[in-house]
Amino acid sequence: MDTPDLNENPLERFARAVGFNPREWTAHMNRAGHSGFIGMRYVDHGDIWIELGFDWRADLVGDPETGVLASGPIISLLDNTTSMSVWTRANAFRPQVTLDLRIDYVRAATPHKPVFARAECYQLRRSMAFVRGIAHDGDITDPVAHAAGIFMLVDGQEWVK
Amino acid sequence: MKSTELPPYARAMGMEFDGVDHGSPVIAMDYAPRAMGRPGFLHGGAIGGVLEIAGFAALAAELERQGADLRIKPINISTEYLRAGLPERIYARGEVVRAGRRVANVRIEAWQSDRTRPVASCWMNFQLSPKKA
Repeated sequence: MDTPDLNENPLERFARAVGFNPREWTAHMNRAGHSGFIGMRYVDHGDIWIELGFDWRADLVGDPETGVLASGPIISLLDNTTSMSVWTRANAFRPQVTLDLRIDYVRAATPHKPVFARAECYQLRRSMAFVRGIAHDGDITDPVAHAAGIFMLVDGQEWVK
Repeated sequence: MKSTELPPYARAMGMEFDGVDHGSPVIAMDYAPRAMGRPGFLHGGAIGGVLEIAGFAALAAELERQGADLRIKPINISTEYLRAGLPERIYARGEVVRAGRRVANVRIEAWQSDRTRPVASCWMNFQLSPKKA
């Protein structure tokens, strides 16, 4: 039996208890907070990648004349999917923070269509994870946005309050 | 986007104008659970959203000064997250590095209680085009 680690924070304890299950993790994280506000949901995952999505909504629009979504929610979706791709690849939760994230807006997302993002962790190092992702609105070969970023693995004690 | 008007996403997130500094509008957003990422901290996407709105606002203000009525479309954004975003008010302000005929380059910084300790910074490139009649 595992000895309980009293220094472990609640999220780490949660992660250890459930293992890293991308579907359950998404459901848990999206009950509240920013991901919950955007309405992110689990779509699919593989060994080093995960796909999440959210529905078009009038209050997420950036251009009221066209109904095109703001890019903010797309940043959030790519931040979440790239971040979770690291845990998917590691098959474990580990505290990490976004070092940088670059996003190219290839085209405007089609109004009223849900947006999806598929992201992968293409290299995992001891202190850094390298990620990339594609956002689309139904056809991944016709992307809406392309992302590349780096996450820094950090000490769990600093990760949550 | 006009330099004095926020899109639905920005209003839904609770962003607002907080004055003008050296010609660029300052965008502010109070902390709320809808902006929370990992427990107790701002979500990186919410910080990115504030940066982008400040970038749009700075560029819109610059184009209005030039008397140019152009359509603004973001081409890309590259964000560096410098410090953890705390559960408190966040501010962002953009600086137009160059606004040409087809492209504009903008740098944006976000901070919280101490302006000399930025939370995140980014550059954005925008495509400029004539408004459709």
